[in-house]
Amino acid sequence: MSILEYNGAAIIGMSGKNCVAIASDNRLGISYQTVAMDFQKIFQMNDSLMVGLAGLASDVQTLDQLLRFRMNLYELREERQMTPKVFTNLLSTMLYEKRFGPYFCEPVIAGLDEAGKPFLSTMDLIGAQAAAKDFVVAGTCDGNLYGMCETLYKPDMEEEELFETIAQALLASVDRDALSGWGGVVHVITEKGIVSRELKGRQD
Amino acid sequence: MSEFTNPDIGLDSTTPTGGFNFENVHRNSLIESQLQKATSKNNITPLATKTGTTIVGLVYKNGIVLGADTRSTNDTTVADKNCEKIHYIAPNIYCCGAGTAADTEKTTELISSQMELLRMNTGDGQSRVVTACTMLKRMLFRYQGYVSAALVLGGCDVNGPHLYQIYPHGSTGKLPFTTMGSGSLAAMAVFEEGFKDDLEEEEAVELVKRAILAGIFNDLGSGSNCDTTVIRLDGTVVHGRNCIMPNEVKPLRDSVKRSDVLNMRKGTTAVLKSTFKPRKSGFGVTLADVTVTPMET
Repeated sequence: MSILEYNGAAIIGMSGKNCVAIASDNRLGISYQTVAMDFQKIFQMNDSLMVGLAGLASDVQTLDQLLRFRMNLYELREERQMTPKVFTNLLSTMLYEKRFGPYFCEPVIAGLDEAGKPFLSTMDLIGAQAAAKDFVVAGTCDGNLYGMCETLYKPDMEEEELFETIAQALLASVDRDALSGWGGVVHVITEKGIVSRELKGRQD
Repeated sequence: MSEFTNPDIGLDSTTPTGGFNFENVHRNSLIESQLQKATSKNNITPLATKTGTTIVGLVYKNGIVLGADTRSTNDTTVADKNCEKIHYIAPNIYCCGAGTAADTEKTTELISSQMELLRMNTGDGQSRVVTACTMLKRMLFRYQGYVSAALVLGGCDVNGPHLYQIYPHGSTGKLPFTTMGSGSLAAMAVFEEGFKDDLEEEEAVELVKRAILAGIFNDLGSGSNCDTTVIRLDGTVVHGRNCIMPNEVKPLRDSVKRSDVLNMRKGTTAVLKSTFKPRKSGFGVTLADVTVTPMET
């Protein structure tokens, strides 16, 4: 078992029409033993940007704190919010700086750019970026997540349909993975704000 | 950084000082040994994304042609179906990268930045390809192969067209044609069969495309589309991003009627709780929102 699979996680980012969604499961485990069913893996960075962190739970929380610190400094210095592209580069550099002693964490970044258009990206644990127009996934069941997203995704979905699609992709994937699940959460980021929904899922 | 920023504020352990940071290495080796004991398995270190790649370059009559496929893989999963492997070094120099994705990306980025600073320092309008090659090989040799970037560096400067291959350990070769990555054997077979000195540009680009396609179809680590970049002796550059897309699935998908079962209707998912957080501010400040006044000189 890889250290990335120690705690278990499933995260998806998916784009819609002028909106973007990010979803994760709720489980925190130690190998096969479940420890918590309300573990936060998606963190809000600003009004139109959220980051999901899959991997070792301690590094998930450490990275969240480091990122919040850097976001706050940026906003104080620049008097503006970080765009998702800038944020991706920041996180990528932070991860690659630790190339030879990495954080065991795979991020998914979802947000709206300056023009209000969807932005999605992901990277590996040492910061190799991969941008995507449609969807990005990370976690212990990435194979399942890819499969569900490839079949359910269609371009330019409206807010409501995007929510249903990403939620179903997540729930179906985690039900075939022992290390993730126990319900989930979906955030849909739009120009008006962020809608967050807690999903009902299997508790086994 | 803003001129109003006090340099003493915000300088702490998280502000990068340059170079790699090894503070997690000890912790990670402890985690590794603990986990090895617990699970009695050996390979617990996570895999980084690789670009199991086909990259090629050749010298033709009037410059350099570089080529690359666009697949990046994480173990056997395709992590990105359309990534860019031809990296910018200088206006007249480009570099194809194979190996660990993060290493090729960041190494070329770093050298590109150093080349720009060097150009500004020397006042020389144009970077030399040898300079880029030397800087890259010094960096890679310093890290003894642990920065796993296998590169094909090409460009044109005052001394003519130059093509180098650079191995992860820092050894280099200056060649008229070269291939690297997991698809290098397939691509080299095409080059050995078709390469001639002083090819015309059109012939050269065709040969490069054929070599990349050989990699895409015969090597599992390579796939998707074909990218090319032509750097001419006069300094002009022509990008052929996705110049061949032999694996496009969109037309096929569009021709099949999407089953209605796949359209998720409102209310499909059971929701326990829903909250809405309205946006606080507008979208990011752009130059259009700011009045720009010229600086007093």
